[in-house]
Amino acid sequence: MNLDLNLQVIAPALIVALSLLLVLLGEVFLPASQRRWLGYLALIGLLGAAVVAAMLWGANLSGFGKMVVADAFGLFLTLIILLGAALSVLLAFDFVRAHQLDTGEFFALVLSAVVGMIGMVTATDLIVIFLALELLSLPLYVLAAFKRADKRSLEAGLKYFLLGAFASAFFLYGIAFVFGGTGTTNLGRIAAVLGASPRSDVALVGMGLLGVGFAFKVALVPFHWWTPDVYEGAPTVVTAFMSVAVKAAAFGAFFRVFLVALPELAADWRALLAVIAVLTMTLGNVAALLQSNVKRMLAYSSIAHAGYILIALVAMGVNGAGSALFYLLAYTLTNLGAFGAVIALSDGTRERLELNDFAGVAKAQPLVAAALTILLLSLAGFPPFAGFTGKFFIFGAAVESGWAWLAVIGVLNSLISAYFYLRPVVQMYMVEPAGGWNRLRVAPFVAFVLAIAVIGVLALGIVPAPVIALASGGFLK
Amino acid sequence: MVPWLSLLVALPLIGAVIVLLIPKSAQADSQIKWFAIIWSLVPLAVASFLWFGLYNPAVSKMQFEETAMWISAINVRYHLGVDGLSMPLVWLTTLLTVLSLYYSSFTIHERIREFFFMFLLLEVGMLGVFVSLDFFLFYVFWELGLVPMYFLIAIWGHKEDRPLYSSIKFFLYTLAGSVFMLLAIIAMYINTSSATTLGTFDFIELAAKKPFANDWTFQTLAFWAIFIAFAIKVPLFPFHTWLPDAHTAAPTAGSVILAGILLKLGTYGIVRVLVPIFPQAFQANATIIGILAAISIVYGALAAMAQTDFKRLIAYSSVNHMGYVILGIAAAVAVGAAKVDDRAIALNGAILQMFNHGVITGALFFIVGMLYERAHTRALAEFGGLGAKIPVYGAILLTATFASLGLPGLAGFISEFMVFRGAFATMSVLSTISVLGIVFGAAMLLWKVIQKVLLGAFDDAKWKEKESHGIHLNDLVRFEAITVAPLIFLMVLIGVYPSVILNTINTLSTAILSAIKF
Repeated sequence: MNLDLNLQVIAPALIVALSLLLVLLGEVFLPASQRRWLGYLALIGLLGAAVVAAMLWGANLSGFGKMVVADAFGLFLTLIILLGAALSVLLAFDFVRAHQLDTGEFFALVLSAVVGMIGMVTATDLIVIFLALELLSLPLYVLAAFKRADKRSLEAGLKYFLLGAFASAFFLYGIAFVFGGTGTTNLGRIAAVLGASPRSDVALVGMGLLGVGFAFKVALVPFHWWTPDVYEGAPTVVTAFMSVAVKAAAFGAFFRVFLVALPELAADWRALLAVIAVLTMTLGNVAALLQSNVKRMLAYSSIAHAGYILIALVAMGVNGAGSALFYLLAYTLTNLGAFGAVIALSDGTRERLELNDFAGVAKAQPLVAAALTILLLSLAGFPPFAGFTGKFFIFGAAVESGWAWLAVIGVLNSLISAYFYLRPVVQMYMVEPAGGWNRLRVAPFVAFVLAIAVIGVLALGIVPAPVIALASGGFLK
Repeated sequence: MVPWLSLLVALPLIGAVIVLLIPKSAQADSQIKWFAIIWSLVPLAVASFLWFGLYNPAVSKMQFEETAMWISAINVRYHLGVDGLSMPLVWLTTLLTVLSLYYSSFTIHERIREFFFMFLLLEVGMLGVFVSLDFFLFYVFWELGLVPMYFLIAIWGHKEDRPLYSSIKFFLYTLAGSVFMLLAIIAMYINTSSATTLGTFDFIELAAKKPFANDWTFQTLAFWAIFIAFAIKVPLFPFHTWLPDAHTAAPTAGSVILAGILLKLGTYGIVRVLVPIFPQAFQANATIIGILAAISIVYGALAAMAQTDFKRLIAYSSVNHMGYVILGIAAAVAVGAAKVDDRAIALNGAILQMFNHGVITGALFFIVGMLYERAHTRALAEFGGLGAKIPVYGAILLTATFASLGLPGLAGFISEFMVFRGAFATMSVLSTISVLGIVFGAAMLLWKVIQKVLLGAFDDAKWKEKESHGIHLNDLVRFEAITVAPLIFLMVLIGVYPSVILNTINTLSTAILSAIKF
C-alpha cells in the first residue's frame, strides 16, 4: 500500500486539532480571568477550518491510501459540523461562565469531538471510521457529565458512556464480520468484492452489526433509550451540540458505509431500515407529545428527525443523499436555534425547562418568542421555512424511488409533530404566567446565534436553490 | 410592465413589517390601528384598479401573469396570474380585510400590534393562494395563511368558547388535509418528469399534461388526496366538525375572514386544480361528491336549526351554503347528457355563490359580533323584539338574512338559482334532495333569526335589569354602519345586476368546461 500522506485532505481537521492544542495550552498559562479568550480561539479554529474546507470544494482529493477523501459529500457535512460547533461555542460563551464550568477544558473537548466528527464524514475505511467514532464519542461522554455538581448530568454522562461503549463494541464486531466476509475494510473494495462474489452471510451479519452501531449513535428506535435521559441531563449547551453535530457526523458515515460499501445488500437493508424509520418517527413524535419538559421534548423530536433522515437513506441515490444533506443543514440551524432560545430564556443558572415556564414569554421577550416560534414551525415542517423544504426533498426522494408509503407515514408524523411543537408557542403567547417575568438581558452571543438561525432558516426555505445545487448538483431528476 | 400581482401580495407583507416597527409610545396603539387600516386600503385600491380598470373580462387566459424561476433544481416557478375565478376573490379578500381591520380597531383592545400584524400576514397568505399558478408556491401560501388564523383564534378568541382547543383543532384539521395534498403534489411532479426533462408544478402545464392519465389507481388516489385537503377547508360533510368550534371561538373579524375567504380557498382549489387537471377522476367521482354536497346542504340547514347560539347557527349555515358551491361544481363536470350551457350555468352559479357567500356570511358575522358586543351573549333565547327596539340593526340583519336564504332581488338568490338551474341537467335526484336544504335553510333563518331575534316581545324588564350591569342595547353606531354598508350594497347590487361579476366568471367557466371531454 502506498502511504500517501496527503495532508491537504485532512487540513480542516488538522486546523481544529491545532486550535484544540492551543486552547489546552491557554488553559494552563492564562489566568482564570483571561480564559474567556479560549472561546474566541476555538471559534477562530472552527472558522479557519471552514474556510479551508470551502477551499477544498471541487478538488475531490483523497489521501492516506484512499482511507480519507475530501469529496462534496464529506465537505458539505464537514461544513455543517463546523457550523454547528461554532454556533454551540457561541452559545457556550456565557453559559460556561454562568454555570462555572471549566472554560478551557470545555472548549477543548468540543474541538476534540469536532476532529472526530470531521474524520467520520471524510473516512472511507471502516477502521478510520471507528477511530473517528471513538474520538468523537469520548469527549462527549465527558461533556455530558460536565456539570460535576449535578447528579443528573453525571447520570447522563454515565448512561451515555455505557450505551456508547455498547455501540462501539457492536460497530467493531461488525467491522470484523465485514472484514471476514470480504477481506477488506475499504468501503469501495467491500462493494467490489460483494458485487463480484456470491452472497456472503458473514458480510450480512457484519452489515447488521454496523447498522446497530450507527443506530445507537443517531438514536434510532429501538436503540434510542439513552437519548431522552442524556439530552435532559447534559448541560443545555452540550445537548444542543450533541443533537446536531453528532447526528450530522454519524449519519454521514452511516450513508457512506451503506451507500458506498453495501449497495449490493440494499435489498436486505432497505426494507429493514424502512421499518426502523417508521418506528423511529412514530415513537419519537408520539413520545414527544407526552413531554412536559422542553429539553426532553426536543430530545424525542431529534429522534423523530433521525427517522425522517433515515427515509432519505432508504430512498438511496443522489436524491436520497442530497436531500439528507439539505435536511441536516436545515435541522442543524433550526435545532441549535431552538436550544439557543431555551438558553436565552434562562435566568442565570436557573433554566426554564418546563413547558409552563414558557408562559408569558411573548410579553417579556417578544423577539425570543418570535424566533422560537419560527424555529418550532420550521421543525414542524411549515413553509416558508427550511424544515419544510427539507422534508419536501426527502419525501420527494422517497416517492420517486418507489417508497411512497414511507412518505405517507412521514407526512402523518409531521402532522403529529405540529401539535407538540405548538405547545411552547401556546404557552408563550396565550397563557398568562403564574409568577412575574423579570426582563432578562439576552447575552449578545446568544442573540447572535438566534439571529443566524432565524435568518438561515428563512433563507434556506425561501431560496433553497443554491444549497441544493451544492448538496447534490441536481435533485429529483 | 408593472408586476401588479407581486405588488398586491407584497403590500400587506410590507405593512405587517411596518406594524412591527412602529415605535413604542403612548399613542402606538392608535398609530398602528390607523396605519393598518389606511395601508390595507392600498391593496383594495390596487385590486379595484386591476379588476375594473385593466382586467379584460372577455379573455379567459390568465392576466397580469408573472413568471420567474424559483428553485431550478425541481422546476419550481414563481408564477402568478389571475382569471375570472380568482379576480373576484382577490378583490373580496382586500375588501373584507379593510372592513375587518376597521371594525377590529374599535373592538380589539389588547395586544394591538400583534393583532394587526397577524391580520396583514393573513392577507398575504390568502392573496398568495389566489394568485399562485404554481402548486409549490400555492402550497406555501396555503400554509402561510394557517398560522396567523391559528393565532387570531387562540389569542383574541372568546375566552369562554375554548379558543385554545378550537384553534388547534382548526390547525390540525387543515394540516391533516394539506400534508396529503403535498404528497400528491410530489407525485404529480414525478409523474410529469421523464428521464431527460424535469417535472412541473405549474397549474397550466399540469392541466395540459394531465398527470396519471394512464394510471387510474394513482389518478384516483391523487385526486382524493387533494380533494380531501380542499373539502376540509370548505368544509364539506363529514369534514366540517372544526368549523362551528373555530367560528364560535374566533373574534368577529376572524370569523368574517374565516367564512368570507378561508372557506373559499377550498372551493377555489377544487375549480383551479382538480377540474382542469383531473377531469376524468372528477367525472368518475362526481356522484359521490354530489352526494356529500347534498348531505352538507340538508344537514347543514338542519344542524343550524338545532343551534341555540347565534354565531354557531351562522357557522352551520355556512356548511349549507358552501354545499351549493360543491353541488354546482360536481354537476358541471358530471357525466350526463347535459348541454354545455347547463354545465356552464351550474359552474357560474357555484363560483358566484363563493363570492356571494363571502359577502353575505361575512356581513352576518359582523352583525352577530355587533349584537354580542352589546348583549355579551349570543344565546338566541335571550333575544326577542329587537326589530322594534333597535330598528337600524334590525333592518340590516333582516337584509343579510334574506340575502342568505335566497330572496329574489338579493345576491344569494342569483347564485343558488343558477346552481340548481344548471345542476338539474346532470344531477336531478341530488338537486331535488338539495332543494330541501333551501327550504330548511329558509325555515331556519326565518324561525331562528328573524322570529326569535327581531320579532316577538321585547323583554323590557330583563334588559333594564341588565343595564345595571353596563349592558346597553343601543342601535348601530357609525363605525358599525360603515363596516356593513359596503356588504349590504354588494348584496343588493349583485341581486339586481349580477352581470357586473358574472361577465368575468362566465368567460372562465366556459373555457374550463370546453377543455373537458364529456
